[in-house]
Amino acid sequence: MTNPLQALGRRVLDALRALGHNAVFFGELLRSVPAALRRPFLVVAQVHAIGNLSLLIVMSSGLAVGFVLALQMYYALVTYGAAESLGLIVNLSLVRELGPVVTALLFAGRAGTSLTAEIGLMKAGEQLAAMEMMAIDPKSRVLTPRLIGGIIAMPVLAVLFSAVGILGAYVVAVYLIGVDSGNFWSIMQNGVDVWRDVGNGIVKSFVFGVICTFVAVYQGYETNATPEGVAHATTRTVVIASLAVLASDFVLTALMFTH
Amino acid sequence: MPSETHRPHAEPAGSDALIEVDHVSFGYDASRAILSDLSLSFKRGKVTAILGGSGCGKTTLLRLIGGVYAVNKGAVRFDGEVIDTRNREQLYRLRRRLGMLFQFGALFTDLSVFENVAFPLREQTDFPEAMIRDIVLMKLNAVGLRGAAQLRIAEVSGGMARRIALARAIALDPELIMYDEPFAGLDLISMGVAANLIRTLNDVTGATSLVVSHDVAECMTISDHVILLATQGRIVAQGTPAELMNSTEPEVRQFVRGEPDGPVKFHYPARPLAEDFGVTL
Amino acid sequence: MGKRSIEIMVGLFVVLGIVGVVFLALKAANLGSFSSGDTYTLLARFDNIGGLKVRAPVRSAGVTVGRVASITLDAKTYQGVVRLEVQREVQFPSDSSARILTSGLLGDQYVGLEPGAEEKAFVAGDTIKQTQSAVVLESLISQFLFSKAADSGSPAPTAASGAKK
Repeated sequence: MTNPLQALGRRVLDALRALGHNAVFFGELLRSVPAALRRPFLVVAQVHAIGNLSLLIVMSSGLAVGFVLALQMYYALVTYGAAESLGLIVNLSLVRELGPVVTALLFAGRAGTSLTAEIGLMKAGEQLAAMEMMAIDPKSRVLTPRLIGGIIAMPVLAVLFSAVGILGAYVVAVYLIGVDSGNFWSIMQNGVDVWRDVGNGIVKSFVFGVICTFVAVYQGYETNATPEGVAHATTRTVVIASLAVLASDFVLTALMFTH
Repeated sequence: MPSETHRPHAEPAGSDALIEVDHVSFGYDASRAILSDLSLSFKRGKVTAILGGSGCGKTTLLRLIGGVYAVNKGAVRFDGEVIDTRNREQLYRLRRRLGMLFQFGALFTDLSVFENVAFPLREQTDFPEAMIRDIVLMKLNAVGLRGAAQLRIAEVSGGMARRIALARAIALDPELIMYDEPFAGLDLISMGVAANLIRTLNDVTGATSLVVSHDVAECMTISDHVILLATQGRIVAQGTPAELMNSTEPEVRQFVRGEPDGPVKFHYPARPLAEDFGVTL
Repeated sequence: MGKRSIEIMVGLFVVLGIVGVVFLALKAANLGSFSSGDTYTLLARFDNIGGLKVRAPVRSAGVTVGRVASITLDAKTYQGVVRLEVQREVQFPSDSSARILTSGLLGDQYVGLEPGAEEKAFVAGDTIKQTQSAVVLESLISQFLFSKAADSGSPAPTAASGAKK
């Protein structure tokens, strides 16, 4: 029917339009931040729904990853006689990369889908339209508090993931493998820089928090108000947020950790 | 009480129109026009029913009046002021003077019944908590649900949800109350309750009520004025309920009596029967 | 959940986050071992700084007494200028020397300060005059091969073949 070049062109234009729509929406959410902050309890309630309720999965995953990293790294390091550096390696892996990234992926799956579904169902039930008709901006009342809540919750979750992972690795390294406890901490402390490693990791998790929460909120708001529409939207949230996190992780790592 | 623009109650027989729809054309996209050059007016203090089959643009009309969408051609006037959807400040100012009852209530599922009705009061006014409590209970009492104030939304039935939504819609004593299919899916008792509430509220508060519905019987009992629309917003007839019930026009008769076939055809356009079944008649 | 309990839970959540950050910063990183405190600046010029990086430790007798604050190139003398921040309590005689050493066999490089014998101590902003550059592997190897060749009496290998491996 239409030649492939036209089809490609249309695809590109559609993608550009979607990107622009996203950007405009993001700008509108940012503009309603002051209004949202005037009702701190709304934000607090969202930090609870997004952050507190994700604690269990994040911390258990952190523990598991810490265990596994310690075991796997040990087998690699012991060949070079560098088993004492186990703590250092695990710490750097967690704090620089795995903490922010894995937490973001878990977040997209757990909190992201629940945000999308909730907002999508509110839209389907005309709750957002009802708010509009009552002269209340649904963005500042419903959407922006969730955005702010996610941005606050994510770095906390990422930090806890890394911290619990390091503790888990400590248990495996010192009690299971037999690495010296003092060496475990001192080699780690000497090798990990607060600003470069921990700080950059926290910056990453802020960025990921913005990405995941925004994608979730946008997909929920723009969904078709039907059961299939909501189902598709939650899937899109996980896919888009995960890909965006991984892509931005690549860019951020290149910026932060290479000279 | 609530706002400076509040008008005194029970203005006797105001004859000018609160809402004017002036040669309005509208379509969600360019290919299909939902409303085509429609002109209507809704008198102050009266209950006006907008009847019609599905797809005739009744709900769209409500959305245009509420400023949710912008008209393609023409203008909608609220109390003389042309609604400009790009002017947020004006839009919100006008919306504070109206209340809308959505088809299935559109209650906020994360709040309790009390909080739902209190919502507009909390957002739009600085009333102290004690006053809000009194107003909420009064509104709930008006719809007969004062005892249900502490229930969660998940615990209420469909009919109750509509009534709670109505209490919420009138929390600020609006001048215009719009009802989107208030009778859809209700049992006979609930329908009677709803109809009674719509009429009583209108008379007691002096508000203007717009009821969009396809339930002929209930609408006829409570309306002062009835407008019958067909596709593309074409006005088939308008007048008092008695006038429409006694009309001799075929379209009006078919709708009002619910006859399965007439000017609105039973069969969707199709090839001749003989062709589809391969028989010769 | 009541409003109050939600607020408490979120408060706990934030506290947990702060505890986590403090743990990562102090126990699992180098913040605790060297807080900024009071330091003074010393400069040292090296012909070759090797693999020295900013924030590398400055050690004396193996004990960390400071950090490398910055590394720049002096465009006139083509020497590396390293700025050191040393703890104020530790004073060094004005003829102390600075060397760039490697921790362990293949570890990170750091600046080692060896105290001299002068009574006068360095003042903030002083330049350390005696420095020894980092060991460059290639020169070490060519040195080794050169000396080997001299030992066995055969003609010295050319610089090219010596530098090859």
